[in-house]
Amino acid sequence: MGFFLVQFLTGLASASALFLVAAGLTLVFGVTRIVNFAHGSLAMLGAYLAWALVGVLPAGPLGWWGGILVAALAVALFGLLVEVVVLRRVYGAPEIFQLATTFGLALLIEDLVRVLFGPADRLGPRPPGLAGTVILLGEPMPTYDLFLVFVGPAVLGLLWALARRTRFGVLVRAASEDREMAAALGVDERRLFSAVFALGAFLAGLGGALQLPRETLHLEMDLEVIVEVFLVTVLGGMGSIPGAFLAAVLIRELEAFGILLFPRITLVLAFLVMAVVLVVRPQGLLGETETGSGPDPRLLRPLRPAGSRARLATALLVGLLVLLPWLVPPYGLVLATDVMVFALYAASLHLLLGPAGLVSFGHAAYFGLGAYGAALAVDRLGLGTFPALALAVAAATLGALLFGAVARRLAGVYFAMLSLAFAAILWATAVQWDELTGGDDGILGVWPDPRLSPLVVWYELVLVLTVLALVLLRTLIFAPFGLALRAVRDHPVRAATLGLRPGALRVAVLAVAGALAGLAGGLHAFAKGSVFPDVLHVARSVEGLVAVLLGGLHGAGAGPVIGAAVFVLLEDWASRLPWWRTVVGGTILLVTVAMPEGITGGLARLAGRWRRRVREAEG
Amino acid sequence: MSSRRILCAALFALAGAAPAMAADHEIRIGEINSYSRIPAFTEPYRRGWRLALEEIEAAGGIRGRKLVVIDRDDAGKPANAVRIAEELVRGEGVVLLMGGFFSNVGLALSDFARRYRVLYLATEPLSDALVWSKGHRYTFRLRPSTWMQAHMLAAAAAGLPARRWATVAPNYAYGKDAVAAFREILQGLRPEVTFVAEQWPPLFKIDAGVVVRALAAADPEAIYNVTFGSDLAEFVREGRLRGLFEGRTVVSLLTGEPEYLEPLGAEAPEGWIVTGYPWDAVDTPEHRRFREAYERRWGEHPYMGSLVGYTAMKAVAALLEKAPDLDTETLVDTLEGLEFDSPVGRIRFRALDHQSTMGTWVGRLAVRDGRPVMVDWRYADGADHLPPDEVVRRLRPAE
Repeated sequence: MGFFLVQFLTGLASASALFLVAAGLTLVFGVTRIVNFAHGSLAMLGAYLAWALVGVLPAGPLGWWGGILVAALAVALFGLLVEVVVLRRVYGAPEIFQLATTFGLALLIEDLVRVLFGPADRLGPRPPGLAGTVILLGEPMPTYDLFLVFVGPAVLGLLWALARRTRFGVLVRAASEDREMAAALGVDERRLFSAVFALGAFLAGLGGALQLPRETLHLEMDLEVIVEVFLVTVLGGMGSIPGAFLAAVLIRELEAFGILLFPRITLVLAFLVMAVVLVVRPQGLLGETETGSGPDPRLLRPLRPAGSRARLATALLVGLLVLLPWLVPPYGLVLATDVMVFALYAASLHLLLGPAGLVSFGHAAYFGLGAYGAALAVDRLGLGTFPALALAVAAATLGALLFGAVARRLAGVYFAMLSLAFAAILWATAVQWDELTGGDDGILGVWPDPRLSPLVVWYELVLVLTVLALVLLRTLIFAPFGLALRAVRDHPVRAATLGLRPGALRVAVLAVAGALAGLAGGLHAFAKGSVFPDVLHVARSVEGLVAVLLGGLHGAGAGPVIGAAVFVLLEDWASRLPWWRTVVGGTILLVTVAMPEGITGGLARLAGRWRRRVREAEG
Repeated sequence: MSSRRILCAALFALAGAAPAMAADHEIRIGEINSYSRIPAFTEPYRRGWRLALEEIEAAGGIRGRKLVVIDRDDAGKPANAVRIAEELVRGEGVVLLMGGFFSNVGLALSDFARRYRVLYLATEPLSDALVWSKGHRYTFRLRPSTWMQAHMLAAAAAGLPARRWATVAPNYAYGKDAVAAFREILQGLRPEVTFVAEQWPPLFKIDAGVVVRALAAADPEAIYNVTFGSDLAEFVREGRLRGLFEGRTVVSLLTGEPEYLEPLGAEAPEGWIVTGYPWDAVDTPEHRRFREAYERRWGEHPYMGSLVGYTAMKAVAALLEKAPDLDTETLVDTLEGLEFDSPVGRIRFRALDHQSTMGTWVGRLAVRDGRPVMVDWRYADGADHLPPDEVVRRLRPAE
């Protein structure tokens, strides 16, 4: 009995810290509609600051608690700075831009923490006065954990009072309900958003700092925290603070008791619960339904087929790529293969984001299904390269159909979050079902058939498959199928009146995008000779988004190819530098903030300006 | 559209053409490690091989040629490591690869080495599979493997009265190997031993409070711990707080290595039986020379990583000095059975399974003046903690 009580309380203690961080994220989302990927980084910053401050301040309760509080306040200030300098510029942009921007921020903050506090693991001191244990029903229970058990509900109560009893709370609620109306009624949106973001950052910093005596601080914390916090916010309902509390408790108790029964699959368990909840209640436990935010206005220009000059240029480029093995040294070919595989992946994602208007945060699911499909086909079934690639495509298509069947009714950010959950479940499965996937050790020895394995042959094969897939994709976008997709995206009601079926179209486009991403995953597996769970990780999904955004959302295929090329080459070059995160993160910020139409769009704008100027000069 | 696409093609060409081929007056080797993921170990490791490299340089290089090390960070991800290996071998013209920290990275690099016939010297990865079940001609390993260290600990554990054991290990190759080897060896020595609980926290994601209580609930008499790094610190803190270690002996892999021991400070659990590195107490002439040189160069004491990095670079130098040419096949043939001097004494790379005979230290943890140290330690020579040759031959696939 005592054992279960203490296990339960320990779960509650962990839930408290998780809730604080999640409350910040969900609060910020509720008001600004920003899904802040850098929120985990703020928690990490808070924890490191607390560690440093507690070390400097005089020992004793005042120093310890003062350190925690000052750290949280410092993170709030930092959040304010970030909001004013960066985020303010992307409020109007679609979700994926915001996600990419905050992903760039996360990379920058990680380097910042590395510079400030060094790379070593840090374990903070325990708080004076709360360092011991008490005995509950014969079981030892740390007093600090007992204290944490009360922190969660206390913060929940304070936030509730803030929302219901203060003017600030009224304004926050008004802005969450209807941003435009609140603004029209004279609420200063800019100041309100800044204040909310600072409060969210404070909660993240506090949540991170309070983990000081319980957790070793390390530089991977940011990603670890953000994945868990996403899980909690989505499960609880985006924007719902009580929902976040409920979800945090649910997840942590599941862990506390799950490890007794299934010590090897704790990760899968949590994501599985999230998926079940989302299928039944897409808006999360306590979330409210919300209509999609509508298509990005920049997408509303009609697409035009390429002119004869662009076709000629494309043909020349393909010709050049065919001859590439005789022009560059072997490593250039390796890079070119990487670029093509990634371009295929990005193009398949672009089909969803652009023409179909579906925001997918979990596209790595299909890439990973393809990669594992191919790897298992070789490793378990002993199949050759082409049957394995076929299986890769089949596995990814099946996954996409399954997801489509569940998500066909969802819109906007809920679709995005369910796709994130889907990829997260697959990732957790790949990590923990090691009998099948090899877990973190991956599947090795996935090499192409001997006749295909010389680098040049493999390169040409990837080139042929990629070009064919991209041509197919482009044809589809200009075919009646693509027109129907765009009609449903831009005017769902009118499209339905004309007899188009949005649900069926969605499932179909998911299947196509999934199949092509699966092909990319399969090719990736053979190119690298191995598959690891990171092909399914949220970072891979975000990388795809970043490539698409770099290339530009509008358009019918050239954008993601260029974006992927830039991203792969930039990352390859930057990964040699100690500050590669700063370089990559800074580039992402620069593009999303300064060139929101992507590289293609930005260059087209510059070209247009130049042409106008030429014409003016001539006329 | 056209100019942009051509620009993009030009970028390809540039990226491919940039790396220069190795000049004749230098020998390039590639070093891949998890510098950003586990700096506590890999930073001292880098300082270790740098020191050795400077000594080689000062002695005139390798037969008059300069030894150049191209070191890269894999961020703890095997996929990165493979990509970098590809670049180093194809683009930079390195004659061999060394490094690796995590076992999954080591196994991925080893698979790469087999496929492209490049010599890979695994310095730190401990997985047994590296030289046994997945062993092959092109991979060698420097440090004593999981099995060897588990053997050293199991020998000590067999002397304890405890019969009911519990295990806790990170859920990946190293953890699984380490538990399997320990169980097999201990039960071989003492058939009456039973294992009553096992916990497999995901690597660096331990939820220590609940793991500790779950172990205590099974009421084992002794515990075998394989967690390290941040997981270890949390496990120790929660375990002490919640009384898990009271009246129980803990046998623990690697915990005596200063990189994992020092962060525990005065909270270090006294009495644990561990493998580790009592850097301040080892007093052989060769180790004293290494320690003094290291402290002079870097202004800090050596860590286990320093010792491994230094020894690895010395091994590479010995190999390159002795090999008649730099062809991979020649290098492999030379490294098989190669003997060289290191801070721990003379070491040999066994021709049988490409495992080196480098050993490690086994002792007990204690806290002296608020500082954790290893006491009652002895150096366990790797050669004494390996299975009989015919067993190894059975474990290793035929070439």
